Amino acid sequence: MAPGKMSTPLGRVRGLGAARSGTENFWRQRVTAVANVPLTIAFVLIVVSLLGRNHAAAAQILGSPLVAIIMLLFILSITTHMRIGMKEIIEDYIHEEPARVILLMANTFFTSCVALAAAYGILRLSFGVFGV
Amino acid sequence: MAETKTPVERPLSPHLLIYRWPLPMVMSIIHRITGAGLYFSTLLVAWWLMAAAAGPNPYSNFAAFMSSFFGRLLLFGYTWALLHHMLGGIRHLIWDTGHGFSAAERERLALATAIGSVSLTLILWVFGYLVMGGSH
Repeated sequence: MAPGKMSTPLGRVRGLGAARSGTENFWRQRVTAVANVPLTIAFVLIVVSLLGRNHAAAAQILGSPLVAIIMLLFILSITTHMRIGMKEIIEDYIHEEPARVILLMANTFFTSCVALAAAYGILRLSFGVFGV
Repeated sequence: MAETKTPVERPLSPHLLIYRWPLPMVMSIIHRITGAGLYFSTLLVAWWLMAAAAGPNPYSNFAAFMSSFFGRLLLFGYTWALLHHMLGGIRHLIWDTGHGFSAAERERLALATAIGSVSLTLILWVFGYLVMGGSH
């Protein structure tokens, strides 16, 4: 956004100031927290129902539409929640410039990789490579 | 003749770090620790799903790891952390509505989180072993 008339010349050059998105992470952390409650309960029930089952049974259940969609929603919601939560932890404890930026990037990379790996697994099962 | 005054027994200045931790503070710290633990434990969830997608052999490798002593220990810790973080999160959502801030309520909510997470974990594990039918 364009710097307003109230900002100093230096502030305008640096492009700093209110980004108008300060509550975005706060709000998203709440939205995912609310979503996480039913999704986590569903995830726990799915895991319990798969205990002791062999691969064929587990693959069939995990790939069935309802379970797959719940699992995808669960992964989407928790990894978003994880990224914001860990960002907060890093910002709280790491103040040195290079380390902080590197860790914040690593946080995004980690959560993206975990999210996509898990989603890939669910989708592959769901699209029936094992012939449901 | 001036009497020598015996020093009055005053409490010594307490060291700043030595005091009884309030329960809500302990719960706050545990909320963050369980959050960080869950962050890395999600690798197990990804491994599980990738193994299931990769086929019977990778899946049985995963199952073998999880049913080892270390695997079970991890899973037990993961169960508790998940439930504790969930209950702690519900507590935070209650606070977000502006309720539950009195001293008694804070204490009660903290206690409910601690007792709830431990008992739910135990119930779930007993139930889990019943589902397995004592085969493991």
